[in-house]
Amino acid sequence: MPPKFEKPQVPGMIKGLGVTFKEMVNTLKPDSKGGGPVTVSYPREREEPAPRARGVIALYEENCTACMLCSRECPDWCIYIEAHKYLAPPRREGGKPRAKNALDRFSIDFSLCMYCGICVEVCPFEALYWSPEYEFSEFNIKDLLHDKERLGEWFETVPAFEPYEAGSEQKVKKVPG
Amino acid sequence: MTSALLLAADPLYAQGVDLTALLITILKVVVAFAFLLVATMLMVWFERKLVSDMQNRIGPNRAGPWGILQTLADGTKLFFKEHINPIRAERRVYVLAPFLSFVPAFLLFCIVPVSGNWANGGDGTVELFGRTTYLQLADPPVGILFALAMSSIAVYGVMLAGWSSGSKYPLLGSVRASAQMVSYEAAMGLSVMAVVLVTGTVSTHGMVASQAGDGLFHVLPNWAVFTTLLVPFVIFVIAGTAELNRPPFDLVEAEQELVAGFNTEYSSIRFALFFLAEFMNTVTMSGIFVTLFLGGPSGPAPIGPAWLWGCIWFFLKTSAFLFMFVWFRATLPRFRYDQLMDLGWKLLIPLSLGWLLMLAAVQLSGQQNWNPVAVGAGVILMFLIGWSLLRSANAKARAVHLGEEVNA
Repeated sequence: MPPKFEKPQVPGMIKGLGVTFKEMVNTLKPDSKGGGPVTVSYPREREEPAPRARGVIALYEENCTACMLCSRECPDWCIYIEAHKYLAPPRREGGKPRAKNALDRFSIDFSLCMYCGICVEVCPFEALYWSPEYEFSEFNIKDLLHDKERLGEWFETVPAFEPYEAGSEQKVKKVPG
Repeated sequence: MTSALLLAADPLYAQGVDLTALLITILKVVVAFAFLLVATMLMVWFERKLVSDMQNRIGPNRAGPWGILQTLADGTKLFFKEHINPIRAERRVYVLAPFLSFVPAFLLFCIVPVSGNWANGGDGTVELFGRTTYLQLADPPVGILFALAMSSIAVYGVMLAGWSSGSKYPLLGSVRASAQMVSYEAAMGLSVMAVVLVTGTVSTHGMVASQAGDGLFHVLPNWAVFTTLLVPFVIFVIAGTAELNRPPFDLVEAEQELVAGFNTEYSSIRFALFFLAEFMNTVTMSGIFVTLFLGGPSGPAPIGPAWLWGCIWFFLKTSAFLFMFVWFRATLPRFRYDQLMDLGWKLLIPLSLGWLLMLAAVQLSGQQNWNPVAVGAGVILMFLIGWSLLRSANAKARAVHLGEEVNA
């Protein structure tokens, strides 16, 4: 086979220089012409995080049965749960009183948490949710241990569930009103 | 007599050194130093801002308008940081090394003509307090060799800093630095010699003087970049970038491999001195490029004083190179170590040496009225022979090297 004639390619270096120059011109163009940087000066301007962004973990306390699954699955062991059993009145007349778990403590140490979301995945009772809030830095590391009241406050910021894109796994999580 | 030799051609010292000459010199030193510091400060800002633009970021924007005072803020912070002496450091050398880096960076700038009356056949002198002088700090008879000497001394700063830190990453960085700078200095010197050959002088002032005015067909300026036929210019820019340890030749401080290279163990103002020296070298090296190849501050002066136009031309030409450095940094990936050595030894040095010989032959043939066709044919023949010899030598070396690897 005779060698095929190939058009000489623009050497990658020159092509690269062209790309960076084009990007520079793009960044320097005013916003009105579709230019400008992609980043924002953060504390003054804020970008809206994606609706399913993994900002902070929120707790819906009523759904929690203190089953400890999240705490045991957590790779960092950063979830602390304490509970006591109590006897709830029977559902039906003449039935046995039911044994239930009352949550005494549910804390997540966000100084250890690596935001993997295994706890949210593993919770069988829909008690843990992702919230897109991300501004909870502290001056003191011990303040990053969020107790159940704080985690409950985060629950108010959990957005309504948006259906997954077509073709993705249909695991619908209902956010209690 | 010795003073006249040292201070050389500047007409300021023509009648010997008196008080006025001394005061003017001191004034020039202060102005040059301040100018260089401010230029360095702005260069750091310029680089950070431009790189951020090329990466679609905002970049420094807090200190001053457009973040222009960012370097000042960083410098002030570094002043108040603690000096840390590593326990295995060689104390004296460790303290000395930043200055070995910083002082040559400043001295290099002394021989760069920043301005002068070059328009309409001017000889680059200006009237200053009733005295005629050049607008450059010094014009030593050794001229451009001084620049080569200073950039060689700057290698000591890097080398000793890495060695005296008593730590392995700085040591690796400094070993790389010395190998890289030494090998590229040869190519750099040879391309400087090409300029010396066509301008006929080593003095930086003389170089600018011979490049001022019209060149080919009265269209192009008489810049050395044209009279040496481009190749030494390209080689000098590549070798100069390598000499500055700037990307894509920043193996000395390859962040991904060596933490920060030779200055890993340095902190506070000692680190700032290295940082400053690096950027100062960038500014001065651009000045040297301009002086050697682009006619320095020479250029037309339509209205207003000619020395002001000299400043403007010098600034514009230098800025173009500074932009080029930043552009390269934002774009090009780093060379691998063997590629760096290959480029230096197998391409740049033979090419610059061959080009120098060719220019010499052409100059001589012009003087001796030799047959231009024969000279041209001879030059092409020699280039072909040299190129094929080099190629076969490279192929042989590679074969031997591979054979060793297979047998081992």
